[in-house]
Amino acid sequence: MSIFTRGFSGRGRENNPALPPGQYLTEDFPVLSAGPTPNIHLDSWQFTITTETGVVHKWSWDELMALPSEDIHTDIHCVTRWSKLGTTWRGVSLDTLFEGVETDYNYVMEHSYGGYTTNAPYEDLRDGKAWIAHTFEGKPLDPEHGGPARLLVPHLYFWKSAKWITGLTMMKNDDPGFWEQNGYHIYGDPWKEQRYW
Amino acid sequence: MVDAPRPGSWTVGTVSSTHPETPSGRSIWIDVPGWPGNIAGQHVDVRLTAPDGYQASRSYSLASSGPEPRLQLAVDKLPDGEVSPYLVDEIQPGDMLELRGPLGGWFVWKEEQTAPVQLVAGGSGVVPLVAMIRAHAASGSTAAMQLLYSVRSPEDRFFADELGALDNVTYAYTRSGPTDAVIGRLTKERLEAAVLPVGASVFVCGPTGFVEAVASWLVDLGHDAGLIKTERFGGA
Ligand SMILES: Cc1cc2nc3c(=O)[nH]c(=O)nc-3n(C[C@H](O)[C@H](O)[C@H](O)COP(=O)(O)OP(=O)(O)OC[C@H]3O[C@@H](n4cnc5c(N)ncnc54)[C@H](O)[C@@H]3O)c2cc1C
Repeated sequence: MSIFTRGFSGRGRENNPALPPGQYLTEDFPVLSAGPTPNIHLDSWQFTITTETGVVHKWSWDELMALPSEDIHTDIHCVTRWSKLGTTWRGVSLDTLFEGVETDYNYVMEHSYGGYTTNAPYEDLRDGKAWIAHTFEGKPLDPEHGGPARLLVPHLYFWKSAKWITGLTMMKNDDPGFWEQNGYHIYGDPWKEQRYW
Repeated sequence: MVDAPRPGSWTVGTVSSTHPETPSGRSIWIDVPGWPGNIAGQHVDVRLTAPDGYQASRSYSLASSGPEPRLQLAVDKLPDGEVSPYLVDEIQPGDMLELRGPLGGWFVWKEEQTAPVQLVAGGSGVVPLVAMIRAHAASGSTAAMQLLYSVRSPEDRFFADELGALDNVTYAYTRSGPTDAVIGRLTKERLEAAVLPVGASVFVCGPTGFVEAVASWLVDLGHDAGLIKTERFGGA
């Protein structure tokens, strides 16, 4: 059921087909995170992929930067209702990082510096759908926005694009991460408005 | 106390009363039949619908907590905002709006949390922290709890009378204030002097820039990042 709110007319009609339901356009780049911004040094930075056999694939910052990076032009949608259209990132495709990884598991837990986690299906991170992003609009990614590197999975709500990414762990089941245990949706499709459970 | 209920779908609330808090902000009480109760610190999504079906939604923290189906919001007006000017200037008792919640199970204080608590508010970021102060008082908890409230001027304080009656509130005025007060933006040094020592559980809430600054100073001062919880209201 929907009701009218007396006297409310709203500002602009954002009749923009690029905007998922319930989102509004912003020119800023707001911040969503649950705790302080961690202070991460590039010389100790590392990114790992851990599989069910306990094998750990590991990259240092220099090793990551030695891999081919791609330009990514994409819209991003935050669960707190802002969307930003036409953003430009640079990052390493997860397809590249998963090349030598053998796994039969279908789910992934994303781990961040600072301890936060969020879950995603493996297939959502493959086939050109996800990157380790290190550059935003031509500049090194700000710590506030997840730098030195964050996951970028733009087809899901932006909390799935874990800031300060440090590792992925393969999971047998779709176990909820930190955000999902705190009320956010297990999958988070902005076009279906999967904000909260 | 109530457990975190599942937020579910939109539900209709009716404004029962409003009360000016500051020159640019006011409290709104909303009756929500069937409200499942909420924990201090949680928020709701508010959705407004124009006659042509256009909808806008924003998040607002709850100053109220517990089982009562009468919610208190307190909203500060952003001059060029879409939703906050309507809530501050237009809405009247009897008007209906839609809500969804309670939302957020992380930025909450529960009476079983026995660690000392430092609250740090910037502007309207005081709203969920007032819910914690009220819940703490109602529970009879013996855990220490104190508030550092950064706000433009004395007139801009939300809940001025209620907080003024407490002795565990420190103000940091950024634009104007009593002649004997330090005026100006909070600094790391002023923060250090005003907050509980390392080991306290800290809740920081307000505009994004304020929260970023305070949280990183706290970490610099030796506070464990795992004990700092933040809620960012948006903006720069
Ligand atoms: C979890 C949560 C709880 C919140 N609780 C409260 C609350 O208790 N009381 C309250 O008054 N607000 C609260 N907010 C902020 C609120 O949701 C809206 O963002 C705010 O009212 C502005 O909405 P608007 O439609 O008026 O402005 P918009 O039309 O959305 O924005 C207008 C302009 O202001 C900028 N802007 C947006 N938010 C802010 C901000 N907070 N400070 C400075 N600039 C901003 C925008 O980027 C934009 O440029 C909360 C936000 C969150 C995420």
